[in-house]
Amino acid sequence: MSASLRRERRSALIWSYVFLVVFAVIFLTPPLYMFITSLKTSAEISAAKLPWWVFHPTLDNYSALLTSETYLTFFRNSAVVSLVVVAITMAISIPAAFSLSRMRFWGSAALATGVFLTYLIPETLLFIPLFKIFAFVQDWTGIELMNHWWILMLVFPTLTVPFCTWIMIGYFASIPKELDEAALIDGAGYLQVLVRIFLPVALPGVIAATIFAFTVSWADFLYPMAFATSADQMVLPAGIVSTLIKGDVFNWGQIMTAALLGAAPPLVIYAFLMDYYIAGLTAGATKG
Amino acid sequence: MAQVTLRNVVKEYDELPAVRGIDLDIADKEFVVLVGPSGCGKTTTLRMIAGLEDITDGEILIGGDIVNDVPPKDRDIAMVFQNYALYPHMTVHENMSFGLRLKKVPNEEIKRRVAAAAGILGIRELLDRKPKQLSGGQRQRVAMGRAIVRNPKVFLFDEPLSNLDAKLRVHMRTEIKKVHQKVRTTTVYVTHDQVEAMTLADRVVVMNGGLIEQVGTPHELYHSPATIFVAGFIGSPAMNLVHCGLEEAAGALRVRLTDEISFPVPAARTVRYRAHAGKAKLLFGLRPEHVTENRAHQTANQIPFEVSVEVTEPMGMETLVFFNLNGAELCARTNPSANVQPSARTTLLADLSNMHLIDQESGRVL
Repeated sequence: MSASLRRERRSALIWSYVFLVVFAVIFLTPPLYMFITSLKTSAEISAAKLPWWVFHPTLDNYSALLTSETYLTFFRNSAVVSLVVVAITMAISIPAAFSLSRMRFWGSAALATGVFLTYLIPETLLFIPLFKIFAFVQDWTGIELMNHWWILMLVFPTLTVPFCTWIMIGYFASIPKELDEAALIDGAGYLQVLVRIFLPVALPGVIAATIFAFTVSWADFLYPMAFATSADQMVLPAGIVSTLIKGDVFNWGQIMTAALLGAAPPLVIYAFLMDYYIAGLTAGATKG
Repeated sequence: MAQVTLRNVVKEYDELPAVRGIDLDIADKEFVVLVGPSGCGKTTTLRMIAGLEDITDGEILIGGDIVNDVPPKDRDIAMVFQNYALYPHMTVHENMSFGLRLKKVPNEEIKRRVAAAAGILGIRELLDRKPKQLSGGQRQRVAMGRAIVRNPKVFLFDEPLSNLDAKLRVHMRTEIKKVHQKVRTTTVYVTHDQVEAMTLADRVVVMNGGLIEQVGTPHELYHSPATIFVAGFIGSPAMNLVHCGLEEAAGALRVRLTDEISFPVPAARTVRYRAHAGKAKLLFGLRPEHVTENRAHQTANQIPFEVSVEVTEPMGMETLVFFNLNGAELCARTNPSANVQPSARTTLLADLSNMHLIDQESGRVL
């Protein structure tokens, strides 16, 4: 009996490793290829002798990008946009999730569902109506919204707020109701309950939402392509594609380097918050 | 320190009545237990006193002031919840001092009060721990400590022991009683466990179906239940209840259970019961401890009768004997040395001086 259990467990382990290795190879090959390519000169890339080996490693691509005014502008625009979007998202989502999960008021259930449905509409359907809205706003107020990098700070929250609100409603709802009642009796107001009880207790959820908001605003491609057209108004994803591909000339070395550097900040943030993130994703799965 | 008064308090959820008009006066320093089956409105009543539920109608007074529209934080109450509701991210000390910190009580004062409460509850060495590092009994103490440090007018307990195992429950019951004897704060305690109610309360409030059935000391409820519900709810094993007839002959009353078995009503009860002679729907009530094994020395009101024993349950200090009479399963508490055997005919002794007569239609004990 116990021998067969052990055998079963071993075969389960073996299969786990087989799949883990397969998926690790599939997912890590592109970044590895990017890294190899980023160390090559254009000549070596076009020679295409052995794509998986670097014969004459060089850091030229890195130095070219890191001294390029345009690339640094993309980087700065991206950073500012992402940080501000995270701040705006949290400022809206946290109170929204708190009230939708805790305060019963007329239409709160419908609102909560509405928040989720909003998220289900893809951005590919939204960017054309958004164009119309920008034009409308410009007609009425004279404020030009197109082709400014900062407009992304207003546009991205339309993607991040619904989703972040939705997942935080889930986290807040998993906090026992007695906890806020105890705090109310202890003398806290609703705002104090939110700040001193809910945020610390639901911290994994808040961090998961933060990472999501950051990733979306850092990596989104469609809206930046659609709404910013001149080089100085671009953020990283759109900027790399627009400036490093000139006509039909692909500067592969720099494209790969730029993409790698661009992927670095989310990677660093993930690494630091990974434990919280995983705790957040599995919170409520077991009884604490 | 304060008295709590409920005047015709009603609570309806979307027209569904949970509490249907209750009046209750709780004296200063009194320990009152609300007890009843689930859904009887006891927790709703407690939450209305706390201010966690709006009241549909009536008035609630704490310390003489109407608090209907006063938010929980301004009612000067403290509550202990069934699941303790400790703040998981705070240490025991932070949990206990949370309310005081919100009120901007000076740090020195907070330290002193937390230390004093921790001393009363024996949790001094736990002050730096987080709730998840505590056992169930310790969490229970911390929850009580959080209530004590605030030195409120009223303590509210919502089934605080039901998450503990049986042994710890009995222990914490004693602890709660000790704490109340030390701090003497007016206490309202909700439980569905009638043993908890009896052991803790100065007065017990038995609730059923959103109404109060009876208010009284544990002794009163046990020995003079006012309604059939209280008679059946208080006491374990429950009071024996069996259909009976009340016959009058030559100025004396007899309670008839079956064709063979009838008991003379004690002379002291004759006047009280006479008007009900011949009534159709009457129940005869007698607690199991008043049905015992047959004894040589009997008083005038102890009447022997013969039954067929169905089951016996030896408990050690006593043996419960179950038998069937007039369609009802009845229980007797016998001395183990009497050695009553199952499936045998045996003679038991009913002590009629403790009998109850219940009008089934009104549900009142006569």
